Amino acid sequence: MTTMLKLERVGKSFTLHVQGGVEIPVFEDLELSVDAGECVALTGSSGVGKTTLMRMIYANYTVPEGRILVRHGDDWVDMASAHPHAVLEVRRRTMGYVSQFLRVVPRVPAIDIVAEPLRALGTDVEAARDKAAELLTRLNVPERLWSLSPMTFSGGEQQRVNIAHGVAHPYPVLLLDEPTASLDAENRAVVLSLIDEARARGAAIVGIFHDQEARDAVTTRSFSTADYTRAAA
Amino acid sequence: MFIDETPLLTVENLSYFYGRHRGCEGVSFDLYPGEVMGVVGESGSGKSTLLRVIAGQDRPDAGTVTYRDRLDKDLDIHRISEAQLRFLTRTDWAFVHQNPRDGLRMNVSAGANVGERLMAIGQRHYGEIRGQATEWLGRVEVDTNRIDDLPATFSGGMQQRLQIARNLVTGPRLVFMDEPTGGLDVSVQARLLDLIRGLVSRLGLSAVIVTHDLAVVRLLAHRLLVMKDGRVVESGLTDQVLDDPQHPYSQLLVSSILQT
Ligand SMILES: Nc1ncnc2c1ncn2[C@@H]1O[C@H](COP(=O)(O)OP(=O)(O)OP(=O)(O)O)[C@@H](O)[C@H]1O
Ligand SMILES: Nc1ncnc2c1ncn2[C@@H]1O[C@H](COP(=O)(O)OP(=O)(O)OP(=O)(O)O)[C@@H](O)[C@H]1O
Ligand SMILES: [Mg+2]
Ligand SMILES: [Mg+2]
Repeated sequence: MTTMLKLERVGKSFTLHVQGGVEIPVFEDLELSVDAGECVALTGSSGVGKTTLMRMIYANYTVPEGRILVRHGDDWVDMASAHPHAVLEVRRRTMGYVSQFLRVVPRVPAIDIVAEPLRALGTDVEAARDKAAELLTRLNVPERLWSLSPMTFSGGEQQRVNIAHGVAHPYPVLLLDEPTASLDAENRAVVLSLIDEARARGAAIVGIFHDQEARDAVTTRSFSTADYTRAAA
Repeated sequence: MFIDETPLLTVENLSYFYGRHRGCEGVSFDLYPGEVMGVVGESGSGKSTLLRVIAGQDRPDAGTVTYRDRLDKDLDIHRISEAQLRFLTRTDWAFVHQNPRDGLRMNVSAGANVGERLMAIGQRHYGEIRGQATEWLGRVEVDTNRIDDLPATFSGGMQQRLQIARNLVTGPRLVFMDEPTGGLDVSVQARLLDLIRGLVSRLGLSAVIVTHDLAVVRLLAHRLLVMKDGRVVESGLTDQVLDDPQHPYSQLLVSSILQT
């Protein structure tokens, strides 16, 4: 299969300058490669660095050591060193990220939040809203909420808007941080089938799932983040 | 796979001194079409100075600013003629001042404030100018019945929205904003931000926005420059700089503000 994501000798630690320069070592020499059609679960105990790794892949966190290569069309882009302009382009077309919590933009209705990734790629308003409506319907977000800002939504409703936003465009690479947390059984099943559909169409997926059942249902393999834990300096 | 590969604006090694006092020094960045660059930093860190020098209002002691015009020609902003610069500031560029009084003409009506910019680029048809002015007042949510009133009779938030209408009516490609939401109460700020965000994404504008408010840049800016004592201490994607700041000063700035 086509490799979509390659992590080479990736390392990370945080330096907390505001707290006397404390170092928090996270990992070192981490290697991971993900093909199209794979769904890889990052595993390891709380604090091991799963979210950190995912954020580094998205270039939300800096990558001080190693390379994170993403196949972007015919190019490989190194998220560790690419110009911000190139990273934004990768995020627009190639790599989606469903964070653990929705970051609400004031005054923007739920349906437009979901339609936004398609709009950013030039899809016209009507088509983008139609796709958004289809996803919100599947995710059981009541239609009366679509025109409201998710600011006042429940945690589960916000999370479903977040997921719809993350899968509206068929990204070739998809990152999912606890996509099923705070969802009831019915909605969890919908999310799991959305993930499976994305994988079936060839997306390379990296996910964090605390819920063992969810993990078993959609992932094709596990990746133990703990194997690369960095010793304290 | 990469489109729009040439920057709209290239700032190289820009320095400006007030006598011996550093305004800004050694600032470099580039800005691509459709991108918003945020400039943050404490009071006195050189943000307004940088903005004025980039916009050609002050001449740098060192460095260059290159702007790519509609004909794909690179213009060295501090070497072009004054007439050329004036033309740019009327057509391609807009400058939104922190204090709307600096960006408005207080002794002519709201409608004239907007219409004036159209006349400056050669429009002469009164009815059309008034029509466009009305449309823009509507877009920035200023009651169109107030079109003949003087800006002095407007609230601060309305003046700021009027200033934005005046600036955007000519369809600029690049907008400079200095604390566009400063001095406004929180609900007015939210509406104004929503307005700017919508205009930027719908019109595909590029912008450089100076602010001390990290929530504003989180919402509006793709990329960020963090300034301290006239120098850029950190730059990068907005979410990266805010979520994983590297420089001690950026960490202090981020940690000292409650984020939403
Ligand atoms: N922005 C940050 N600044 C400083 N330290 C951070 C930051 N983000 C994470 N860390 C630290 O990095 C380590 C790994 O955190 P991370 O959130 O990646 O863990 P995790 O494996 O996702 O845990 P959980 O299962 O609890 O979500 C922790 O020690 C955490 O405190
Ligand atoms: N006209 C001037 N003459 C002399 N010094 C000046 C002048 N204007 C600004 N300065 C100084 O240059 C430095 C940068 O000022 P600037 O106005 O660019 O800061 P700023 O980052 O915009 O601050 P603020 O957030 O308070 O608006 C400051 O130390 C300031 O005192
Ligand atoms: Mg986590
Ligand atoms: Mg200033």
